[in-house]
Amino acid sequence: MKALRKILDKQEKHFRKGGRLAKLYPLYEATDSFLFTPGKVTGSGPHVRDIMDLKRVMVWVVIALIPTVIMALYNTGLQANLALGKAGIEAASGWRGSILDYLGLGISPDSITEAMVHGALYFFPVYIVTLAVGGAWEALFAVVRKGEISEGLLVTSLLFPLTLPPDIPLWQAALGISFGVVVGKEIFGGTGRNIFNPALMGRAFLFFAYPAQISGDSVWVAVDGITRATPLAEVADPVLTLSVTWMDAFIGLIPGSMGETSALACLIGAFMLILTGIASWRIMVSVVAGMFCLAGLLNIIGSTTNPMFYLSPLWHLVLGGFAFGTVYMTTDPVTAAMTEKGQYVYGLLIGILTVLIRTVNPAFPEGIMLSILFANMFSHLIDRFFLNANINRRSERSA
Amino acid sequence: MLEHYISLFVKSVFVENLALAFFLGMCTFIAVSKKLETAIGLGIAVIAVMTITIPVNNLIFNHILKEGGLRWAGIADADLTFLGLIIYITVIAAIVQILEMALDKYVPVLYVSLGIFLPLITVNCAILGGSLFMVERNYSFTESVVYGFGAGTGWALAVIAMAAIREKMKYSDVPPGLRGAGITFIVAGLMAMAFMLFSGIQL
Repeated sequence: MKALRKILDKQEKHFRKGGRLAKLYPLYEATDSFLFTPGKVTGSGPHVRDIMDLKRVMVWVVIALIPTVIMALYNTGLQANLALGKAGIEAASGWRGSILDYLGLGISPDSITEAMVHGALYFFPVYIVTLAVGGAWEALFAVVRKGEISEGLLVTSLLFPLTLPPDIPLWQAALGISFGVVVGKEIFGGTGRNIFNPALMGRAFLFFAYPAQISGDSVWVAVDGITRATPLAEVADPVLTLSVTWMDAFIGLIPGSMGETSALACLIGAFMLILTGIASWRIMVSVVAGMFCLAGLLNIIGSTTNPMFYLSPLWHLVLGGFAFGTVYMTTDPVTAAMTEKGQYVYGLLIGILTVLIRTVNPAFPEGIMLSILFANMFSHLIDRFFLNANINRRSERSA
Repeated sequence: MLEHYISLFVKSVFVENLALAFFLGMCTFIAVSKKLETAIGLGIAVIAVMTITIPVNNLIFNHILKEGGLRWAGIADADLTFLGLIIYITVIAAIVQILEMALDKYVPVLYVSLGIFLPLITVNCAILGGSLFMVERNYSFTESVVYGFGAGTGWALAVIAMAAIREKMKYSDVPPGLRGAGITFIVAGLMAMAFMLFSGIQL
């Protein structure tokens, strides 16, 4: 560690004002403060001494995402291997096949290692492209605007690939994260100043621009030519029947976007986020409550033509991106409501809208992505309402 | 029947939001969304004006302009639809004027709080757009009342949300070239993307 510190200190003079690389100071600063606690002291008040600065918060979110990433690797590989096995194909094709050959691994769905490695060969290319392209934009903006590179990017660029289907073309992943980072975040001034969740903005952009690669039946299993609908689409279609068990859906052994399938991993992540106090439990609880209320109500009302009315709340919880969105997306402290009462309203709005869209909107089988963006739009309005109510109450009391 | 009107209302507020699905009334939408209080005032004014002008234009269309609409006056085959556009605008302007005078006399509080917005929205294209959609879709009189109220509510909702976002954006650090109208247009576009949530709902 000391040697590393020495190297960094030696290089620092080049990045200071007047140095050769002064323009690239944000890059130096990011590396330095990523590895070490910054020794900077704020010049003017208020001084808050807390170990949970922005960096630690963001790193904790990344740690809380690890269970989801592991399940994403395993399930992506598992689904691909199962599909290949069903189609009677002996080995994976293309460069992934060559790497698996080189490692001496097969494509048996029974082997956890083989599924994990195969899944990793799908997940990591998307992740690396996202991180590189998103990081390049972030660095460019930091250099031009003489700011600091924010660790918010680590979270955004990990969340984004987890919301994508496994065989998304890499250029689309690059385009999506570019839109998310630049239009969703950087033009508002960077982390902490954006209105909409950047990862979801990027995904929504891809969803509307290239629907063929991010919706439908053929993208959820990472094998060319294999079509398998997501369980949510199977429920919505009167002809199809649900082909998975609740337990499979809970653990996450179902086709879907890479990170969204496992409710179990999201639950573990939720515990980590709540214990560390990073994510608001109020939002998570009220999203789930809103979903339970409306889904339960629809169960009772019933419908002769729409099978989605009969999907029980417990199924809503484990299918699609509901768990993933609830834990990692709705609780984004920047775009969510900030007042405590506001957070209940914000969460209920998302829960109710998600079920509503899943049920009555035939255009989208899944509703959580756009529901969160929609609620982002109103989060400040909700806050303002409760703040004003509070101000009025207090001024009446003191009058 | 009630169900039909409720679905028409929901559709006009969310699915076919005039501001964020049709991008009508953008000039006022961008210009008068800096402060939440003013945006709420403007929103209420738009709701009021649309709820009145669309049904009135509906009556004028059905009983005067439409082909055969003048049958009650003994003129069976007159087709005055070509006068539509100019008449709707005149009707809107006249009604806004009358509304303004009436409010000034009877509800001065509301008149003061709406202030400049009443005359301003005379030329708001969302208002005229509402009347034209009403003609195009052949709404009955009751439907036009519901549609007018719904379309106005949708527009008001959009402008209020925009004003709240812009208040929050006081803390944003927008690049100098994009400040003002530029970033507001981008936010309007992002909001429209979130409003796509409702597109495709069949009611």
